[in-house]
Amino acid sequence: MLEVKNLHVQVDDKEILKGMNITVAPGEVHSIMGPNGSGKSTLAQVLAGKETYEVTEGEVTFQGKDLLDLEPEERACEGIFLAFQYPVEIPGVANTYLLREALNAKREYRDEKPLKHIEFAKLAREKMKALGIDEDLLKRSVNAGFSGGEKKRNEIFQMQILEPTLAVLDETDSGLDIDALKIVANGVNSMKDSGRSFIVITHYQRLLNYIVPDFVHVMVDGKIVRSGGKELAYELEEKGYAGF
Amino acid sequence: MSVDLEKLAQEEYKYGFVTDVEQEIAPKGLNEDVIRMISSKKNEPEWLLEWRLDAYERWKKMKEPRWAFLRYPKIDFNDISYYAAPKSNPRPKSLDEIDPEIKETYDKLGIPLEEQKMLAGVAVDAVFDSVSVFTTFKEKLAEEGVIFCSISEAVEEHPDLVRKYLGSVVPRGDNFYAALNSAVFTDGSFVYVPKGVRCPMELSTYFRINAENTGQFERTLIIADEGSYVSYLEGCTAPQRDESQLHAAVVELVAHNDATIKYSTIQNWYPGDKQGKGGIYNFVTKRGRCVGRSSRISWTQVETGSAITWKYPSCVLEGDNSVGEFYSVALTNRRQQADTGTKMIHVGKNTSSTIISKGISAGEGQNIYRGLVEIGKNAEKARNYTQCDSMLIGDCCGAHTFPYIEVRNSTAHMEHEASTSKIGEDQMFYCRQRGLSAEDAVSLIVNGFCKEVFKELPFEFAVEAEKLLSVSLEGSVG
Ligand SMILES: Nc1ncnc2c1ncn2[C@@H]1O[C@H](COP(=O)(O)OP(=O)(O)O)[C@@H](O)[C@H]1O
Ligand SMILES: [Mg+2]
Repeated sequence: MLEVKNLHVQVDDKEILKGMNITVAPGEVHSIMGPNGSGKSTLAQVLAGKETYEVTEGEVTFQGKDLLDLEPEERACEGIFLAFQYPVEIPGVANTYLLREALNAKREYRDEKPLKHIEFAKLAREKMKALGIDEDLLKRSVNAGFSGGEKKRNEIFQMQILEPTLAVLDETDSGLDIDALKIVANGVNSMKDSGRSFIVITHYQRLLNYIVPDFVHVMVDGKIVRSGGKELAYELEEKGYAGF
Repeated sequence: MSVDLEKLAQEEYKYGFVTDVEQEIAPKGLNEDVIRMISSKKNEPEWLLEWRLDAYERWKKMKEPRWAFLRYPKIDFNDISYYAAPKSNPRPKSLDEIDPEIKETYDKLGIPLEEQKMLAGVAVDAVFDSVSVFTTFKEKLAEEGVIFCSISEAVEEHPDLVRKYLGSVVPRGDNFYAALNSAVFTDGSFVYVPKGVRCPMELSTYFRINAENTGQFERTLIIADEGSYVSYLEGCTAPQRDESQLHAAVVELVAHNDATIKYSTIQNWYPGDKQGKGGIYNFVTKRGRCVGRSSRISWTQVETGSAITWKYPSCVLEGDNSVGEFYSVALTNRRQQADTGTKMIHVGKNTSSTIISKGISAGEGQNIYRGLVEIGKNAEKARNYTQCDSMLIGDCCGAHTFPYIEVRNSTAHMEHEASTSKIGEDQMFYCRQRGLSAEDAVSLIVNGFCKEVFKELPFEFAVEAEKLLSVSLEGSVG
């Protein structure tokens, strides 16, 4: 589904990703762990198409297409979703409004009819309940004045509505208490299926008790330095990143 | 995003067509004879002609103001024609008497003049160049005692009201453009809402410039008597031409005790092309007097058109407890320049005013907020809240704010907030990551930015304003 080969990325002449490789097959859950500043968010943003980052070398294919050739919205419509580490606030734009526009953009891309107001409201209400999201949150401006936990839950809510093929979760667990963490993990687990893959970026092993990865990759200084099964996460917990 | 935000306004102005009607157009130039001609065309009484001529005398002694943050070539006031009117029936009694070309024009603009086709509950006065061509729902309004007609008609039918109020808010020597307007004003709307009446529908005037090389000088006068309420909306468009055209209007509002006037504008005059060629020069004086206690005047404007905008809708809060409001969205794209804002003059006790201004600059647009809040020495416990936000789209545009505050009473309470933001690259990316195109993302973010102002518009117009903003932004990203 996703193949990243020898990816080099720089910002302002500073190289951040230094030959990154990762291959994700349909239905797999990959976890990327690594210390602060190792380039995890950079990878996530590059996959989503953020133009601040300059790809200097390497290639990325997604479902047979050259991903780097696509605009961010095309990647989204092709099925890539990024749960942001720091979701932005958009004052004056109702949370539901953005989401309905987004869903309909995606539907239009697939030549499907846009969802009507009521149909969308029904869908939203269903998903919302499961995530313990207040109806009030839908009417409020996108992320404006949301607590840290609300922002993260909102990202998962959006993911559930948009039903991506590849979801990249960038530290969705940080700042969550254990109850919120379980809700988020449930939100992800309920979406797992053979055609959908996840890249779960995290700093802590804690999340992986709830979202069990098929593969764990350790990222240090812009590169994956080791890959393994979920037991690698436990090793990391014990030894820290110092050994890598 | 650098790529996204550079391409500029290729989108065509959708209202740029010209209507082919036989017009009577005055020769170019301004002198006493032209003024006498206009006055006699309109069968005006002697006092009004004198009033015009006096305004002209004052105007001749005045200098064109140059303090605004605007750059445009000198206007040759003798190269303009001051009167243009369709030759057909000057005051049709029914729709059948209207020139079909003109009717079609309004259809094309989305303002059908047939009452049954209109937005329910909106009465329209249609002004075509220098004359009002039709006013809908007049009879229905008359049942409530509401007078809604063209100002020329009001001069003939309600001379006492016109004489009492004309120039009572914006005197004929008020400023250069107001004096010019007083000398040559041709048409506009007149509204009188009697005591205790809540006007049963939205009133609206649709201004259309059609003729070439003519100026449009309309004059609007709205009087809300004690305890009455009226909501009024004006819309404007003009053909796409290479020459700039002058529009210098005057709007006067008078609110008596406990009366409320809501005045909304959706201004979409032709903005000129990408190179800054053509477009309307919009020099407008709008002012309301809250003469009565607990009266309220609320200006809401969405300014997306014109090459040049010079406009400061103001409130003079004379009555105790009176309220003035100004909600504004001004968008400049291409080479448009807007110098706009408001004046809130607090005279009475416990008066309060709110100013919310949203300036959006894209392309090479320049957007200036200029506002004055003046608290007079007897204005005990006056309050003002001002919020002034600017948003920049791209790197070639500009935004400036000039807030002036004069306080002569120590009990005043003033609050001022201001912000300037570049349209957030992160906001754009967030929306696009969710699947929105760059253009839809900009339009979504900008509409969100303007939300506080749009919610002041009557519902149907809020929807129209959002669409208009999106269209005006088209091409600002790519
Ligand atoms: N937009 C940017 N401009 C400059 N430096 C950046 C930018 N984004 C990331 N970096 C730098 O790249 C490195 C990796 O950052 P990031 O990908 O956020 O790491 P992580 O998510 O693993 O903590 C850091 O040194 C960070 O300062
Ligand atoms: Mg990070």
